[in-house]
Amino acid sequence: MIPKQPDTPPPPPRRRGFDWRTALVPGLIGAGSIALVFGGLAWLVSQNENWPRIQRQFFSLDHMLAALPRVAHGFLTNMQVWLIAMLCIGVWALLLAVIRSLRGPWFAPFRLMVVLYIDIFRGLPALLLVILFGFGIPALRIAGLPNSGLFWGGVAMVLSYSAYVCEIYRAGIDAVHEGQRAAARALGLNEWQVMVYAILPQALRNAVPSLMNIVVALQKDVALLSVIGVRDAVREAQIYTATTFNYSALVVAALLFLLATIPMARLADWITHRDRVKRLQMAG
Amino acid sequence: MIRIRGLTKYFGTHLVLDRVDLDVERHEVVCLIGASGSGKSTLLRCINRLIEPDYGEIALDGVSVEDASFGKTGLQRRVGIVFQSYNLFPHMRVIDNVTLAPRKVQRLARAAAEARALEVLALLGMESFAHAYPEQLSGGQQQRVALARALAGQPDVLLLDEVTAALDPELVGEVMAAIRGLKARGLTMVIVTHEMGFARGLADRVCFLDGGRIIEEAPPDQLFAAPEHPRTQAFLHRLLEAGRL
Repeated sequence: MIPKQPDTPPPPPRRRGFDWRTALVPGLIGAGSIALVFGGLAWLVSQNENWPRIQRQFFSLDHMLAALPRVAHGFLTNMQVWLIAMLCIGVWALLLAVIRSLRGPWFAPFRLMVVLYIDIFRGLPALLLVILFGFGIPALRIAGLPNSGLFWGGVAMVLSYSAYVCEIYRAGIDAVHEGQRAAARALGLNEWQVMVYAILPQALRNAVPSLMNIVVALQKDVALLSVIGVRDAVREAQIYTATTFNYSALVVAALLFLLATIPMARLADWITHRDRVKRLQMAG
Repeated sequence: MIRIRGLTKYFGTHLVLDRVDLDVERHEVVCLIGASGSGKSTLLRCINRLIEPDYGEIALDGVSVEDASFGKTGLQRRVGIVFQSYNLFPHMRVIDNVTLAPRKVQRLARAAAEARALEVLALLGMESFAHAYPEQLSGGQQQRVALARALAGQPDVLLLDEVTAALDPELVGEVMAAIRGLKARGLTMVIVTHEMGFARGLADRVCFLDGGRIIEEAPPDQLFAAPEHPRTQAFLHRLLEAGRL
């Protein structure tokens, strides 16, 4: 027997009013405890007998302001190199990853080349590559090749980072379900078309969160170029420090880097989070 | 139309297909049944060379599927396949999924390909979803799009690999109805299925596979009502006990 149904369902529950206590008290406790801990640490530091000297050497406002224009100008170089290198790495590494993922026997020598490339460039310190390329190649004085350390240092960064990024792309390609490849092949697409139309669009989406981390890392590693004399933010700050014996210029450079990398890191977090939510929705 | 002789396939040292012979006539619907691991899906995938057999031969209208005259994509053009897990491309709209092969393999202009795609989608009752993404569709709808994608290349033969196995029970009916519609239009099909009612209602002939061999082959009424081979009897008996018959 079907039980008799009531005519109308009960009304929706009343919305709970805003409760100041539950809304405010945890926030206040949090703020209070943050103030206590950080205030305590600040007090301890400033009580140290060396603090005035540290302040003068590292946080002198006069020196900071004096150094800012040059350091900022150097930082512009950092940003330019970062943007150009990012584009080059994105394209070059993708090419490597695609070659490595092609399966036909004719591609074997190229696959091997990519494997060797990755082993070599991932196994070498980026700093060593920057010095080797930035000083070494201009010293050869080969006609027709650019002679700028900036150019060759940038090339070294691209070669080194591409090895990592290639592996990220490849992980993205491998993460695409095998059934997608089977379906595309069964439609008669050739291997190249399978890659371009079926696999890569999905692989790139898989790779975005990891790529964002690389973008952030690259942003600060551009500073490696300072060792071959590229007048980037770090180099400019060093020059200032060398003439004044005051390190505040380096702190300025540090602040500029943070100003650039922290928003990028937040953006990377946000993209990763959004991607995760989307995947969970799809799985559900 | 399809002629299979002595088809044998090993996965490593495991014998999956053992000297299988099978003929499929034009406009005929053949269902392959059997327990998991009996080799039905492997047999199906050998027909369009998604899997390369170790021995034996498969011919389409008298021409071996390995013949150079098929070129790189000729076989795929004549033999379509639909998978258990749909395998639609998630980053493409329904219409782009369906037009991909006509545009890229058969080099049709986009307009012509889309016109043909909409025709095929309409046949399967999916034309109103042409601009949806696969993940916005139910399983049954996705599988009907997968059917449309396979049909858009106008194949002579359609291979169906357990196309209803991943669907919720209430969605199985719409896909089966779509396949019945295709049979009514005279399409030649080879179907691997676990749905015995479906095989019984649709097939012109049912093949029971066990241990990589076709053990019994008969019209559905005969095979289901009076199976001759003891292993067919045992298989059907197990299904009957499980309430699947």
